[in-house]
Amino acid sequence: MTTTYSSDFPFDDLQGLLRFGHRHLKDSCFLLLRVADAKAAKQWLADAPVSSAIQNGSRPKTALQIAFSVAGLRALGLRESVIGDFSDEFISGMAGHESRSRRLGDVDGNSPEYWAWGGGEQQTPHVLLLLYAEAGKIAPWRKKAQGKPFAEAFELLAELPTDDLGAIEPFGFVDGISQPELDWAGTQAIDSHGRDGFSNLLAVGEVVLGYRNEYGQYTVRPLIDPMHDPGAALLPAAEDRPGLKDFARNGSYLVLRQLGQDVPGFWQFIDKASGGDATQREQLAAAMVGRQRDGRPLLPPAAAEIPGIPADDSLNSFNYLSDPAGMRCPIGAHVRRANPRSGDMPSASGCIFSRLLKILGFGLNRHDQDLIASTRFHRLLRRGRPYGPLLTPEQAVKADAPAAERGLQFICLVANISRQFEFVQNAWMVNSKFAGLQQERDPLLAHRQPLNDGTPTDQFHRPDPAGPVQTVAHLPQFISVRGGAYFFMPGLSAIRYLAALPTQGDQPS
Amino acid sequence: MTPQSTFMIVAPVRGGELQKLRALLAGMNKSVGLADPDNELLPFGAFERLHMARFVIVESITGDEIKAYGKQPRPWQPVLAFLGDIDGDRLAFFAELARKAEAGLQQIFAHCEGFTKAFDLLSWMLAHNIEPAANYVNWLGRTVKQVREEAALHRCLTEYLQQIVVESGRDNPRVLRQKLLSHVEMQKHAGLLKLSPEEPTPLAWRIRNGLHKIGIPLVLLLLSPVFLILAPFFALRLRLLERSDPELFIRPSREHIEALAYLEDRDVSNQFNVFGDIKPGLFRLLLFKLLMLLTDYVARHIYKRGFLTRIRSIHFARWVFMDNNRRAFFASNYDGSHESYMDDFINKAGWGLNLAFGNAVGYPTTRWLVKQGAEREQQFKYTQRRHQLPSQVWYKAYPDLTAVDLARNSRIRKGVEIRQADDQAIRDWLGEI
Repeated sequence: MTTTYSSDFPFDDLQGLLRFGHRHLKDSCFLLLRVADAKAAKQWLADAPVSSAIQNGSRPKTALQIAFSVAGLRALGLRESVIGDFSDEFISGMAGHESRSRRLGDVDGNSPEYWAWGGGEQQTPHVLLLLYAEAGKIAPWRKKAQGKPFAEAFELLAELPTDDLGAIEPFGFVDGISQPELDWAGTQAIDSHGRDGFSNLLAVGEVVLGYRNEYGQYTVRPLIDPMHDPGAALLPAAEDRPGLKDFARNGSYLVLRQLGQDVPGFWQFIDKASGGDATQREQLAAAMVGRQRDGRPLLPPAAAEIPGIPADDSLNSFNYLSDPAGMRCPIGAHVRRANPRSGDMPSASGCIFSRLLKILGFGLNRHDQDLIASTRFHRLLRRGRPYGPLLTPEQAVKADAPAAERGLQFICLVANISRQFEFVQNAWMVNSKFAGLQQERDPLLAHRQPLNDGTPTDQFHRPDPAGPVQTVAHLPQFISVRGGAYFFMPGLSAIRYLAALPTQGDQPS
Repeated sequence: MTPQSTFMIVAPVRGGELQKLRALLAGMNKSVGLADPDNELLPFGAFERLHMARFVIVESITGDEIKAYGKQPRPWQPVLAFLGDIDGDRLAFFAELARKAEAGLQQIFAHCEGFTKAFDLLSWMLAHNIEPAANYVNWLGRTVKQVREEAALHRCLTEYLQQIVVESGRDNPRVLRQKLLSHVEMQKHAGLLKLSPEEPTPLAWRIRNGLHKIGIPLVLLLLSPVFLILAPFFALRLRLLERSDPELFIRPSREHIEALAYLEDRDVSNQFNVFGDIKPGLFRLLLFKLLMLLTDYVARHIYKRGFLTRIRSIHFARWVFMDNNRRAFFASNYDGSHESYMDDFINKAGWGLNLAFGNAVGYPTTRWLVKQGAEREQQFKYTQRRHQLPSQVWYKAYPDLTAVDLARNSRIRKGVEIRQADDQAIRDWLGEI
């Protein structure tokens, strides 16, 4: 998955998760912690074996990544003047305001009051610890990584289950196929007017803070004046403000959501909607997901090579240009909503005149054209892991399918939570009007609450070449949110800075 | 065709009355962010020609920003603005307002400077109405009545189509269409559906509109030698200002954003108001005025069929000069979340945003009027949120429907009334239902 670049990117200051999914480390353990003793916590942090993004030939046998919520940064004693420069959504938190929950679709049964964790002040994690090890070796790694002051430093809020299901998620589909390719070497020009089509190559600043994003801008983040804070000397310099130190450089926001998946409910509903026919069941499920179970896309390969996707990557080298109406892959299919693969302009334009017409909004061939543009500003780097006992679709359709807690520990890394994660979740996933659709939200992820005036949103539509769309009505909710929080995953020097914070009182500033 | 018109009644709020007025207006809401169509003061739902309406208390919350230009902020007494978009003529609508909601409106306007019940409400409203410098209507001629009739038609067709597909399959589009058409006829006959024909376009409007359509380009053409002579000076002055204007990178407070967000995403559409100072100097004012003249022109004669450049999510929008051309107010009704509205604009029509707002204090620096500006994404998002004002009351006559929905419903109706060219056209039509 990862390519080695001859770039002088400071991978040694990045946490490994930004570059690797640690897929070869089959066992993992996600811990939600609260700081019990700040001094001990910093002591532990100073020696914590946090994995960097450096590649040195052999693959590591273990990995440890760490991220902090705003409450966690406060608990360690990070000054409010620094915290205040993080984004609003990070500061107020995933469950921090009713408005945010409404936008994220965390309403009704999904609302934070029912969450197992993350829903209230006392339930908010301070620290997220992600431990990875080779199969069967997580327990000794956990013991080793936790070290001596750990028990004194932290209180375990929750241990999030993860299981190795192969490459699939609990519904049975191969997951995590499509990822943006970070342009570590900066080979792609960031020019807002020069990229009409879809590119999978993404500016580093879209995921890692302290670098230029797709707008060519530096995302607002905490910068520290080393004149007032000598401890900041060990931080990297801010690229855009050379006199200042960049606390967030080489760091990223980490979004974590625990999504419970009702696997028997999903397959039994689909089975019923397909009249019990196994082939039709498979087709309907694939239409909802937007891929076959084994990950194959529903569309033929793209006519032209997509930057950032090797042409021989048969699972990924496609876009939706050849299927504007969604005849092959419905517009509302999960993967099409999550990544519409649209460029900045409605179609590769010819001469200057036709381009100008398109800029002015004319010259569209279809009514549904150009509703969703510029996917590049809304990409997520996903690092989630599933949990729960494996249940094949064939088992799941049976009425006596064993019920169990199954789901996904959804993790994504972004530089701008509101423009990336929240936008995708709100405007693309739970929005019943996505790309001109009607009465349907994401078939997998979303709740099914009707609109303000009672319009239902619990349908799924498959366009049909014969004319009338095929409607599946009364979809139940297949996923329930069990918990969630926003974290900041700092660079390694920022971790050292945190570990060295004075324990009591503010530093003079 | 019934053309749309717009109104905006503005009056200063009497000192000390602000809290009482807010409380009174809050009482008109059914739930957070959404007006009660049957509220006692102004039962919006009783006005069949009213698309959208709102009450906004316009306060100067960013008045200090002009200090960056070395100017002292001018005092601003908060005003109450009652604005909306209607089918047909404004005078007739005001008369209907005065007739159906006199007591309620009097109660509201009683909080305004100089208003007493002794006044004739109609003439007071007319006297306090201000014209927008530019106005945008998503679809010229589409009336509230039409929107509702077409939405009902779509619902009826959807239901029946599903039924007949079960009965006779989906393979013969002509048969399906025929069945749908006879069903529509029966429903119409039973009084359950109505598809009112278009009203004739008022002659006076047609003349005025025609004169405007020819007149503005004609005047600009006549003035073009002057523009040509002025162009180099204009370019120099513009670049000088663009380079020297202070850059205001001010983050809005979290409380402010949360208060605004609390009202949002209660319907599939949202309301938006921004208010702020115009950059000082005659050059900026004249430029702003010229750009508004052009905006109004293209909105009126070109962008009147469902899209404003590449943006298809705006129902109505207006730009208004206030305070003797020192400040500007912008209001819109858009589909989707605030974040998606902003992103759509930045990514699809950033140049248009720059033209329309680049002369306002706090707007990110532009180059040659159209470049940069909104592309400084974070700065742009800060500035528009900072200048945004909540609507105290917001009414939309067709909840749950987006502008894209309305356009689709009209196409579906057209497909009922006009025979399709071939089977593929029928299939496309069936596919939209």
